[in-house]
Amino acid sequence: MNILVIGLNHKTAPIEVREKVAFAGPKLQEAIHMLKGSGAVKESIILSTCNRVEIYAGVSDVDSGVENVKGFISEFHKVKRDLLDKSLYIHKGTDAIRHMYRVASSLDSMVVGEPQILGQLKDAFDAALKNRSTGVILNKLMRKSVSVAKRIRTETRIAESAVSISFAAVELAKKIFDDLSTKSFMLIGAGEMAELAARHLINSGVKGVYITNRTIARAEELALEFHGTVVPFENFVRELIHTDIVICSTGAPNYILLREQVQKLMKERKQRQVFIIDISVPRNIDPQINEIDNVYLYDVDSLQGIVDTNIQERAREAEKAEQIVDEEIGSFLKWQDSLTATSTIVALRNKAEEIRKSELEKVLKKLGPMEEEKIKAIEYLTASIVNKLIHPPTVALKAANDDKEEMLDVVQKLFQLDIEKGKNEET
Amino acid sequence: MQIETNVLLFEFALTFYLLATISGVIEIFRGKKDTSRAALYLAITGFVFHTANIIVRYIEGGHIPVTNMHEATSFLSWSVLVLFFFHEFKYKLKLLSSFIMPIVFLIMFSSSVFPREIKALSPALQSYWFGIHVILAFLGDAAFAMACGIGVMYLVQERNVKSKHLSRLFQKLPSLQTLDEINYHLITLGFPLLTLAMISGVVWANSAWGSYWRWDPKEVWSLITWLIYALVLHLRLTVGWSGKKAAILSIAGFLVVIFAFFGVTLILKGSHVFP
Repeated sequence: MNILVIGLNHKTAPIEVREKVAFAGPKLQEAIHMLKGSGAVKESIILSTCNRVEIYAGVSDVDSGVENVKGFISEFHKVKRDLLDKSLYIHKGTDAIRHMYRVASSLDSMVVGEPQILGQLKDAFDAALKNRSTGVILNKLMRKSVSVAKRIRTETRIAESAVSISFAAVELAKKIFDDLSTKSFMLIGAGEMAELAARHLINSGVKGVYITNRTIARAEELALEFHGTVVPFENFVRELIHTDIVICSTGAPNYILLREQVQKLMKERKQRQVFIIDISVPRNIDPQINEIDNVYLYDVDSLQGIVDTNIQERAREAEKAEQIVDEEIGSFLKWQDSLTATSTIVALRNKAEEIRKSELEKVLKKLGPMEEEKIKAIEYLTASIVNKLIHPPTVALKAANDDKEEMLDVVQKLFQLDIEKGKNEET
Repeated sequence: MQIETNVLLFEFALTFYLLATISGVIEIFRGKKDTSRAALYLAITGFVFHTANIIVRYIEGGHIPVTNMHEATSFLSWSVLVLFFFHEFKYKLKLLSSFIMPIVFLIMFSSSVFPREIKALSPALQSYWFGIHVILAFLGDAAFAMACGIGVMYLVQERNVKSKHLSRLFQKLPSLQTLDEINYHLITLGFPLLTLAMISGVVWANSAWGSYWRWDPKEVWSLITWLIYALVLHLRLTVGWSGKKAAILSIAGFLVVIFAFFGVTLILKGSHVFP
């Protein structure tokens, strides 16, 4: 059986093409069944997300498998073959395994390290399992991909640090305060980025939301959305006494919060820490405020600076992740090699012989001193029982053809043959 | 020449503290995602030897082994470790060992340069006040040592946040507020212990020598230490000197503690000076 990946993603195809070949919800089941019965394709999984459409297949013959899958996509979506040929990539064998590992661990994603893809892959696998379109090979490969992704997540910092401004703000807040659920925050002004940051903060448990805006109607609107309290714009500085986190994003051309004001404020706050995020351009908060003790002021550039460093960090970590992928490819190939009749038969014989010998030893010890002849007779007896028992499965395995992989897998499971491990010991 | 058991145990403890310190410092600069707990395990191993050393000396001497410089410094680093383990398991702060183990090792190392003979307790010190007084004083000093280590962690993390260049250390170190609160807890622990140690000392001095206070250099420096930490607490509670200022004060306070500990004995004289 050969492994094949055929698909397209955000790098090879624009949205106009991706949307044409997407297997959206209700169409998926129909697609799985149609692909299941086509020619050389013995096993298949269909992954369809907004950034990629990919088909993982186990095929009996590579060339006709490629032909079948391409034909299926073009027929199912009624798109021309030459349009597909421009965007589709095809990975075979080892490359296909590598590709699947990389997709699962989010190394192939638009934002490297983003966590959604693994869930989407699991969903695709579930759909395939439900419709019985997979077999031994893809099941193993998919489970392996998930475990590789988890290994990469724990061993590298690929998904560690924030790669968006709003997440960077939350990450900072967590390093200033010990428990966000006892903290309150104020949103001054509005704007997409500020609202996003506000939402992330609220999701992280911040209690007590205050909203202020020059336009009171807008403030009320946002207060409704965030379950917050409206503070009249003239009073916002007074309210800062009770506020621990401030996000400011107004269109004001000048500073609306000055150093002296904050100094006075800190005295009244008994020097409790304040984290101020100024997303406005031009800046609305006097940058000198950062010099005051226990006040931490970040503007849009300093947040962007953190995001940039984090992105570079992820790129460095991705290199480590690629090494892990390479290692794990080896372990999958080893397993695939073990799915041959010879190695399975050898393992089965070894196992049987092992059991025979250890049981024989026990019995001989129990029986005590005995004549050489009797011992030989017992040995002959056990050996022939074992041989007679093993003979039929051996013949069946040698003769197996179409269902070979399934059969080998079943035998290995039934007799608990650990071929991978055995191989490791030899090398 | 036969090596005494307690000396051997001491050397083992010292070696493990050195290893724990090295591994803790490496941890600060290591880029790996997970923090290793190697420093903690090394410290625990050293602590087992150290405890055995103290027990052996206690049995051989018949009293708490704090009657010469070697024993006193060794007992101080042991007390710091007791508090360190408590905080390590209570708060599970990453990198705590990286900042505390160097302090423990330095105190322990200074202990190794002093003569190690075990002597009988001089008649003047043979009183139940002795145990109470020294245990309170040492635990108090240990709390101040911990506050100093936490203070350094605070300053490093504060620099990270203020400078806006977030190093890898930023991810590993706890939040500023957490560090500040633990620092405060430690001082509110150390201060009453120091106060009680001084009260017990005063009462004991009266029963032993007939006067409460004799302006002995150790007494003077304890008073100075006490005033400094009283000031730290006062400033925090009244004008809110928390965060960076509190961290700096707790580091400065511990330097005074160290001076009172070594300087008084080595440079000045008095009834606390070891024979």
